[in-house]
Amino acid sequence: MTKASRAILGKSILTIIMLSLSVITVMPFLWMLSTSFKLDADVFSFPIQWIPPKVTFQNYRDVWFGEIPFYHFYINSVKVTVISIAGVIATSLMAGYAFAKIQFDGKNVLFLFYLATLMFPDQTLLVPRFIFYKYLDIYNTHWALILPGMISAFGTFLMRQFFMTLPGELSESARIDGAGHFKIFFHIALPLVKPAIVSFLIFSFVWSWNDYENPLIFLSDTERFTIPLGLLTFQDENRTSYTLIMAASVCSLLPIFIIFLAGQKYFVRGIAMTGIKG
Amino acid sequence: MQPNPIIGTELPRKARSGKGIFRRENLDGWLFLSVSLIGYILFRFIPIIFSFVLSFSEWNLVSGLRGIRFTGLENFIEQWSDTWFLHSLVNTFYFSVVSVPISIALSLLAAVIVNESIYFKGFVRLLLYSPHISSMVAISIVWAVLYSPSYGPINMFLQSLGISHPPGWISSSAWAMPSLIIMSIWQSVGYNMVIMLAGLQGIPRDYYEAAEVDGAGVLQRFRSITIPLMSPTLFFVMITSVIGSFQIFAQVNILTKGGPGTSTSVLVYYIYNVAFNYNRLGYANSISWVLFVMIFALTLWQWRQQKKWVHLQ
Repeated sequence: MTKASRAILGKSILTIIMLSLSVITVMPFLWMLSTSFKLDADVFSFPIQWIPPKVTFQNYRDVWFGEIPFYHFYINSVKVTVISIAGVIATSLMAGYAFAKIQFDGKNVLFLFYLATLMFPDQTLLVPRFIFYKYLDIYNTHWALILPGMISAFGTFLMRQFFMTLPGELSESARIDGAGHFKIFFHIALPLVKPAIVSFLIFSFVWSWNDYENPLIFLSDTERFTIPLGLLTFQDENRTSYTLIMAASVCSLLPIFIIFLAGQKYFVRGIAMTGIKG
Repeated sequence: MQPNPIIGTELPRKARSGKGIFRRENLDGWLFLSVSLIGYILFRFIPIIFSFVLSFSEWNLVSGLRGIRFTGLENFIEQWSDTWFLHSLVNTFYFSVVSVPISIALSLLAAVIVNESIYFKGFVRLLLYSPHISSMVAISIVWAVLYSPSYGPINMFLQSLGISHPPGWISSSAWAMPSLIIMSIWQSVGYNMVIMLAGLQGIPRDYYEAAEVDGAGVLQRFRSITIPLMSPTLFFVMITSVIGSFQIFAQVNILTKGGPGTSTSVLVYYIYNVAFNYNRLGYANSISWVLFVMIFALTLWQWRQQKKWVHLQ
């Protein structure tokens, strides 16, 4: 065998190994997708019927227009996610710029505080936040998810790292021409950190859309639930229908997969960057 | 002129020390930071302080703020005779010690293979990555069904292979924790792989070529080139995985509720249970702080250890 054909053979074998691994990985999703088109009676038939014997769209119809207000959960999720993402990007950009490019008193101490709270697990703060929101009177409102979601020590840190990489000469000439930080920020710095913004946007979207703990603790009315909590209401009823839950789960994952596919390059770059720089 | 590496500012020294500009810089700095800072103080700083104070108290919500009774170190002493707390502590370590090394080994293997150039690279990466971006709730619901002991697809499959008594998975106290671990490995491999791929791509190809010329085999190249040059990335993955593994909650709350018995109760789940089911907010906070101190100490310890094995270029 020539060296070239040996290389092709090796590459093919590795491809087969990795493809089998990936197929095993997505099997639960395939099962979810296939079950969402099944009749209740066919859910547990064995061997697994990956293509349902009788394909039905009734589950999707029931999910969207049935007794459980899935439609509301969706709107709630979109609302909470969009507003908090817009907020968290704005605050992280502004704060990141301040920490990277503005020389003001107290900066280093403040930055240290931000960094220190990165170490603090969110979950250990569930109790004090619960109490605090009750007193702020935002418990059981979407504000309890949106407002805290608008700031992120991680985002601030990420944006600061990006602004730091911008060469000083760019803004120097603008400063000599008398431009203030606001002008420099909007006209020079922002366009240059677009990739960072996109990758942080995807990060925040995934996080906010999938968030389970905050809604679990800070929301009590079913109409206000976001999708993750909403999904579980399909299970609470006496008549747990796996076909319905799976159809709802598919609907809940769809936006994430679309966003991820659209921004894959940025996302992977973002992970790689945060991964390397720690 | 070099930008200051710490401050990162590009202003010339003269301009920076000028009083007028200095004041302007201050104003701009605080303006840019203001909204973030208000949010930070309200939703991060105050809760941390509040949590610390409450951890030395006995309090339930019904009694209102006046009902707080400070009990000193009592909560922290009580923990050591609290079976649920002790079991949750052990389970948290169990989960971490088993899931983190397996996940890192698998993802390193996957990253090395994918880096060796395979066909459909992007597609494979996408599929392996998909569990990580999916919501834990949707994932838990699917796995709950897959794991059902009598009619679940996994056990049906095992039975068809001739295993007459397959494990009871989440309904058995011996298998419940391994079930959660399998699920979490499934979820984290793709994510860790992507980070490691980035690390691998930073290793110059010539190193491998030179080693090959010298007659080094695949394993030897892996041991003396890949591992040392990847060590900063491995270190990062290890730290974040350990921190993450200490914080599992959703899968426990949805799949097992800490059971059967205490077999899958972990610290975050127990904190949630104590606070919102037993209504003992002070005690819950004291456990939160134990968790925080543990994560902090472990991270610090790993940081110290890194000198021994992390190779910085």
